[in-house]
Amino acid sequence: MSKRLLNLLLPAATGVLFIAVWYAVRFSLSEDLQFLLPSPNEILGAFRTNGADLAHAALNTAEGALLGFVCAITISSLLALALSVSSLVRVSLYPYLMMLQMIPVIIFAPILILWVGPGLKSVVVITFLICFFPLVVNTTQGLVSTDRNLVELFRMYRATRLQEIFLLRAPAALPYFFTGLRIAATLAPIGALVGDYTAGSSAGDGGGLGFQAIIYSSQAKYPALFATAAVTCVLGFVFVAVVMGLSWLALHQWHDSYERSDN
Amino acid sequence: MAVTPLVDLHDLTKRYGDGPVVLDRINLAAAPGDFISLIGPSGCGKSTLLRLIAGLSPLTGGTLRIDGRTPVEAAAELAFVFQEPTLLPWLTAAQNVGVPLKLRDAPAAQRLATCARVLELVRLGDRAHAHPRQLSGGQKMRVSIARALSLSPKLLLLDEPFGALDEMTREHLNEELLAIREAQAWTAFFVTHSVAEAVFLSSRILVMSANPGRVHTEIAVPFAYPRTAATRLSREYHDLVTEVSRLLRSVETAAA
Ligand SMILES: Nc1ncnc2c1ncn2[C@@H]1O[C@H](COP(=O)(O)OP(=O)(O)OP(=O)(O)O)[C@@H](O)[C@H]1O
Ligand SMILES: [Mg+2]
Repeated sequence: MSKRLLNLLLPAATGVLFIAVWYAVRFSLSEDLQFLLPSPNEILGAFRTNGADLAHAALNTAEGALLGFVCAITISSLLALALSVSSLVRVSLYPYLMMLQMIPVIIFAPILILWVGPGLKSVVVITFLICFFPLVVNTTQGLVSTDRNLVELFRMYRATRLQEIFLLRAPAALPYFFTGLRIAATLAPIGALVGDYTAGSSAGDGGGLGFQAIIYSSQAKYPALFATAAVTCVLGFVFVAVVMGLSWLALHQWHDSYERSDN
Repeated sequence: MAVTPLVDLHDLTKRYGDGPVVLDRINLAAAPGDFISLIGPSGCGKSTLLRLIAGLSPLTGGTLRIDGRTPVEAAAELAFVFQEPTLLPWLTAAQNVGVPLKLRDAPAAQRLATCARVLELVRLGDRAHAHPRQLSGGQKMRVSIARALSLSPKLLLLDEPFGALDEMTREHLNEELLAIREAQAWTAFFVTHSVAEAVFLSSRILVMSANPGRVHTEIAVPFAYPRTAATRLSREYHDLVTEVSRLLRSVETAAA
């Protein structure tokens, strides 16, 4: 059997098995407990009845996730450049970056609501905070790990500091940057969801998936809650897939991680 | 001698920090067109000498003049070929060759023309758009040499450029290097561990001794250029290789 076919069949088989186990578990539960695990067809039903709400919420969450993600990429890249230039800057800022990463969203959210108000702004800030750290750490690492021989080559040809950064250090850091980006891409939708859950807004049409989850759980709409989780997964997949695609575009021609084996 | 030397070393001395003396009062004058090989035990300071000439490391004592100037002033005249190909993996062969010109803000048209010309010189015209990963070790080294030639240097510094290659490839590249030299009048300093390579390429061979690094003996290689694969078959070539090998062994045992 060809490897490609196997790569499609195996995950499909796992999926079928998973759903079978799901049904088995559900129907082995006593009648009064079955609400704890809605069956897949109930969840599909929830999609049908709540589809419009879910789509709307998903778009709002996607917007927050995307904005936070893009802010995190921009600011972390600039900061990584600054950090890479001088070890003094690195030493002075690193502990505080760590602290930024440690901030518990649950505690920070109410403060944030006071500062910027509930809704999209808060969601963006929280997403930013969650995505920021892996991006800064990886990009900085990449910028300072340039092959010493190549740096020497640039010095030899009297490259300016800017040339060294933009023609050598930045492209050499791309693989590291994309490692950070892949991690951040899995975190962004979760960040937006958590942000929405803790600082989302019902005002206007500002509610996202987190807010929707609060509503469904207060109404005991468990199948709809599962559907919300599924939508979040899809959102996460979209983020990761786009980043994987970008990474492929930037690296496949030259980086060893995309080396195709001949066999 | 009427010719003014291109490279002039006078009592050149080097220590790294307050470590031991690595190079001890080296005196040397290289005339334009000289091909000088440096050979000697590991750690005798061959790479250090090259790095001093390239201005990559400061002198401790003595003077060093290239065309009457310091290495930094003469930077535009010299090119370095490292032991590793040191190519940027995200650029194609042609783009790699163009790096030094790009760093000097040369116009794109000039860059393209020069890259095409020097890649042709190292017989890689057809691989111009390959990335380093798609090239063999010998081809990568050729790209590295093409890059050094792209600036039309007066002085070419090569630190064991073919050290990592197999014998056959190395001999091929030696012949190519001399063929290129026929067309372009640069002066070369060439570090190697291979006596055969040194004899084949050089007009002068400096055998160095270690601790501290000194020029032990200088040998003039009498064979006329152009040299070809046939040169390696001659009696005189073999005799000289034997002589230099014996000399090198005596220097190495004296050091041990
Ligand atoms: N950056 C440095 N700092 C301190 N010591 C150094 C440095 N570079 C070289 N040395 C020392 O200087 C001496 C000469 O080193 P060098 O690399 O010039 O030797 P070499 O002749 O090129 O040896 P090889 O044939 O092994 O390449 C060695 O003892 C080495 O330890
Ligand atoms: Mg060396």
